Amino acid sequence: MIWLTWRQFRAQTVAAAGLLALLAIAFAVTGPQLAHLYDTTVATCHAQHDCQNAINAFQSRDSFLQSLVRLLMLAAPALIGIFWGAPLIAHELEAGTQRLAWVQSVTRFRWLAVKLGLAGLASMAAAGLLSLMVTWWSGPFDRIGAGRMDPSIFSERGIVPVGYAAFAFALGVTAGLLIRRTVPAMAATLAVFAAVVSGFAGKVRFHLIPPLHLTSPLNMSWVTQTGIGGPAGPNSLLVNITPNVPGAWIGSSSVTTAAGSTSLGPPPSGCGENSTYRACTAAIGRLHLRQVLVYQPGSRFWALQWYETAIYLALALALAGFCVWWVRRRVS
Amino acid sequence: MIEFHLDAHSGVAPYLQLIHQVRQALRLDLLSEGDQLPTVKDVVGRLAINPNTVLKAYRELEYEGLVAARPGLGTFVTRTLGDGSPATIAPLRRELQRWLAKARRTGLDDESIEALMLTTFRSATEGEENIA
Amino acid sequence: MTAVLKAQGLGRRYRRRWALSDCTLDIPAGQVVGLVGPNGAGKTTLLHLAVGLLQPTAGTIEVLGDRPAASPAQLARVGFVAQDAPTYSGLTVADHLRLGAHLNPGWDAATASDRIERLGLDPRQRAGKLSGGQRAQLALTLALAKKPELLLLDEPVASLDPLARREFLQGLMEAVVDQGLSVVLSSHLVADLERVCDYLIVLVASRVQIAGEVEHLRATHHLLTGPRRDPARLPEDQHVISASHTDRQTTLTVRTEAPIHDPAWVVSPVGLEDLVLAYMSRTAADARRPELEVQR
Repeated sequence: MIWLTWRQFRAQTVAAAGLLALLAIAFAVTGPQLAHLYDTTVATCHAQHDCQNAINAFQSRDSFLQSLVRLLMLAAPALIGIFWGAPLIAHELEAGTQRLAWVQSVTRFRWLAVKLGLAGLASMAAAGLLSLMVTWWSGPFDRIGAGRMDPSIFSERGIVPVGYAAFAFALGVTAGLLIRRTVPAMAATLAVFAAVVSGFAGKVRFHLIPPLHLTSPLNMSWVTQTGIGGPAGPNSLLVNITPNVPGAWIGSSSVTTAAGSTSLGPPPSGCGENSTYRACTAAIGRLHLRQVLVYQPGSRFWALQWYETAIYLALALALAGFCVWWVRRRVS
Repeated sequence: MIEFHLDAHSGVAPYLQLIHQVRQALRLDLLSEGDQLPTVKDVVGRLAINPNTVLKAYRELEYEGLVAARPGLGTFVTRTLGDGSPATIAPLRRELQRWLAKARRTGLDDESIEALMLTTFRSATEGEENIA
Repeated sequence: MTAVLKAQGLGRRYRRRWALSDCTLDIPAGQVVGLVGPNGAGKTTLLHLAVGLLQPTAGTIEVLGDRPAASPAQLARVGFVAQDAPTYSGLTVADHLRLGAHLNPGWDAATASDRIERLGLDPRQRAGKLSGGQRAQLALTLALAKKPELLLLDEPVASLDPLARREFLQGLMEAVVDQGLSVVLSSHLVADLERVCDYLIVLVASRVQIAGEVEHLRATHHLLTGPRRDPARLPEDQHVISASHTDRQTTLTVRTEAPIHDPAWVVSPVGLEDLVLAYMSRTAADARRPELEVQR
């Protein structure tokens, strides 16, 4: 059964290995140079007071490879589910070859368990290897701004891609088993995978560990908008901030009065119709407003990664168990 | 070694056809004592018929005492149909061939010759039975 | 003799329709069994139930004394070639033999490679590029080389040309001699089955119409021709299978164990093909009343 699984998976495995090898070469060539460039320009930029220029220059290096990497990491797990998972059973049922496979001297349980196990492990290994290479190569880029805690980057680093790949694979196999046709199963896998992953990243991930709340005096350098109106009322002062906490994932931020109310009261006298921006800002500074941040610090990166990966692996295992049960009881 | 053939549409059971062909071969000296009959595997491999059919035919022939099965070796002819030794048959065959040539020279076609032979044979046989 | 296949009230339903109903069979070992009936009669359903590709909706089935596909050991004793001889089109002939060797503990590699060589198949040829006859022979090789006790074939020669058909049956009969196999093969071509089968099952409209040894069927079925008569007035022990009338004459196919004494009838034997056709042409109402299974 191991031989048969390998033989049926040979083409896909070789293609994936080839792709990974090509990527490894590209990374090996460009990676050290990027790290060196970072160390010499961005790391020392504070001393030269031209950080923004240094950062812009750095981020425009190897832009093709950067885009390719983003695309790959976004697509890889879904592609694994579509091209490795969906055809696993659907192809057999479409071609009718299960009438050959299931009358050999192996039980359906063993037939599916070996296929799921080997192909599933291969999926996870491929995703893991890819993520390892990409995390290493992207190291310098991730040290800028929110870096790897940024929700879209978080999904593309560390061990989470392994969980995604396992889930996408198991989802593909399940879709193929229930739908029994390869192409519709591929479409269904893509749709469900995209919905689950984006829903999870948007709604669930931030709350995997209870986030931190930080209340501190308003940091004027973070203020990006002042005005009148907004949710507190048409005559209320409105102050919006864009926090900059390096390496952290800001979930939400708000500006409150010293007493903690989000209704900031009427605008101060320095912020009338004819006042300048500087005068208004100074007047706001004298109001002793506070800022409340709800965030996940960068130090929690690995904890969040482990929790999320564990959840996706559990989902994958549940789907795999369902497939084994279904194939034995229901399929003909 | 003889080769069997099967007429699927003759209405005669296959095993009877095989028996008939063995007896005919014995009569025409195509098979003599000690000759081996084709193995069951050879027969079914050529004719694509059920092995039990061949086994049944060979069993029947063995019951009639014409053949004997030797385990591991095959099925062999044990006696001929004693209608006539080669010495008696050969001159009769020659005479028949001469008659056939004569019949053809008079212009009779094959169907007419066959009909003539069969009706003469049948009426002669009936005549003998009436006498007997 | 032990039975290779035993079914009791076996049935299988797809949504509303019963593909097979009330099937009771007792097939003895050491025979070549023909399963004949029109398309949609339930032949494939019965065979799939016998190899465990389907679960029964009603009744029970036992193959070689065990539930179908109950264990790897049971699977090893039964060989199966499905309709249209499914093979992996991307795998070569040699790959298929390796598949058989890896998935069957009882695999006889010598038999397999000998057969492939004798058939003239190129081991490096992909199965998708083989002709229909070659694929059927490959599938048969896979089923034979695992050395089963029972071989089930679903319409193995339906899509083959006459030469391929003959070669397939020749090879099959040789294997029966070599391995002492019991065989069940389905077909809607009675002519092929006539040559190779010594036991016949007629399946029409999801029910078994008649089952028994071919010789016994031949001996108990007769064609009666005579003056016009109502079939219902025949004696109890003469079962009318099919009847046709002109204004003066009645022709009946009957099944009876006893001899026919009525001098008004001209009694003739019924060929196997005509026998099967008589059962296939019964009206729907009659078809639901199956003849009792004929056993020996």
